[in-house]
Amino acid sequence: MTEETDAWFAGVDVGDTDAASERVRTGSAARPTEWPTLAVEQGVATDEEAYYDRLHEVTMAATETAVREGERAGDRQLIHAVRGMDDCDRTANELAERVQEWAGSLFPDAGTGIEGARDIAERDPTDPTERRVVALADRVAGLADEAEDLREYIQQTAPSVAPNLARLAGPVLAARLIALAGGLESLAKKPAGTIQVLGAEDALFAHLRGRAPSPKHGVIFTHEYVRGTRQADRGSAARALSGKLAIAARGDHYRGEFNPEIETQLEDRMATIRARAEEETDE
Amino acid sequence: MSELPDGVERRQFDGESRLATRGEPVYGEPADGEWRAWDARRSKLGAMLETGMETGLVGGGTVLYLGAAAGTTVSHVADFAGPTYAVEFAPRPTRDLLDAAEPRDRLFPLLKDARKPETYAHVVEPVDVIVQDVATRGQAKVANANAQFLDGEGRLLAAIKARSEDVVADPSEVFERELATLRDSYEVLETRRLEPFHDSHLGVVARPR
Ligand SMILES: C[S@@+](CC[C@H](N)C(=O)[O-])C[C@H]1O[C@@H](n2cnc3c(N)ncnc32)[C@H](O)[C@@H]1O
Repeated sequence: MTEETDAWFAGVDVGDTDAASERVRTGSAARPTEWPTLAVEQGVATDEEAYYDRLHEVTMAATETAVREGERAGDRQLIHAVRGMDDCDRTANELAERVQEWAGSLFPDAGTGIEGARDIAERDPTDPTERRVVALADRVAGLADEAEDLREYIQQTAPSVAPNLARLAGPVLAARLIALAGGLESLAKKPAGTIQVLGAEDALFAHLRGRAPSPKHGVIFTHEYVRGTRQADRGSAARALSGKLAIAARGDHYRGEFNPEIETQLEDRMATIRARAEEETDE
Repeated sequence: MSELPDGVERRQFDGESRLATRGEPVYGEPADGEWRAWDARRSKLGAMLETGMETGLVGGGTVLYLGAAAGTTVSHVADFAGPTYAVEFAPRPTRDLLDAAEPRDRLFPLLKDARKPETYAHVVEPVDVIVQDVATRGQAKVANANAQFLDGEGRLLAAIKARSEDVVADPSEVFERELATLRDSYEVLETRRLEPFHDSHLGVVARPR
């Protein structure tokens, strides 16, 4: 019978949890069968109770692995989404400039940027030329809307893919870091110093060739802890932040559990760094 | 009022009579000794019992649960049922489902897509009851695809969420459409709206044809 060979326990040593759990994850059968009865008949388990005990252990192990794999796969979606968002933003801005130039010659009150394009898109064209400008402006508005929707998607999904990173960096910066590293796993394997300058590769290579000072930060500059810290302390802030981001990425990749302590420690450290500025102004 | 299955009782929690099962707490529900309250507002099956639907549940039977999420409802099911297979396809809630399954040695968590029953038919045996709460488009189709797990006397206990199918249509129209699809594989025995516990949800009891 083909059914017997479909069983999750067929042809594996059920005592070998890894092998059995692999079968639970990847196996299949055309139809369900009385597996417990079959397992006892075949001597895989002494009785149904023993069968269920074993099934519990194996499904727990299989599902734990599958969950970890599944959550990891989530980082791929996040990478596409953040790149798509950036593409939409960039294209929308480029096209908005084109619209502005063109519309400026037709509508004297045409505004600038995405908002200007949105305004043009709302107008009623009165001739074929205006129709084209308004249609183009409408594309700009559509792209800008898509960028917003993608941002929303990232905000919703990043916390489940990388709970600690999303909390510390914010969902969008978390997604950017994952994208720059090429995945959550490779981000988790990077030292803090590398995370600190992710996104500043050009500046870093110039520095390595002896042509520039070493960059103090890459995309993490967009984080309030770096951008909002006075110039003299930005290096310390970037180091403190990237150190905790590295811990967060490792936690997300290896354990996937949210650990509120990382944030508390970072808050303490930032308070110390920012206190320096206050002390100096007090003096 | 229909009878509650063995292992489900009405008990007092903070002066309020509520459904309860015996087992480890899972989602911060009030507990009293071994008993923990089963919150019908967070559980469509709980609401089906509260509204007095004839679920045919007796306690001790085998169950296939589709759309287990973090395990809120399926943990109660495993408390009073026999071997319980819990299928969920989203990784994040399944992590919490694992915590609910840990102390329940007859609750078997499976990260699988309920639209692809062949991917778990090598693990799941034919069962007495299918409970379904997937809340995604094509709910009746999911139930039809899984009808093969029920023997002739088995029961499907499904919650159909109108807004998962169509956000603008009138819920009763959506329910009619889903029930029509469901009749390809099932005979519908009873339906009931789950208000006030769940808005725009229909509870369905059916048996395979
Ligand atoms: C309303 S929630 C279920 C709540 C749960 N039944 C309870 O009461 O504790 C719906 C769940 O169904 C899951 N789901 C949707 N489509 C699914 C599918 N095709 N296969 C497995 N799970 C699915 C969703 O991921 C979600 O977790």
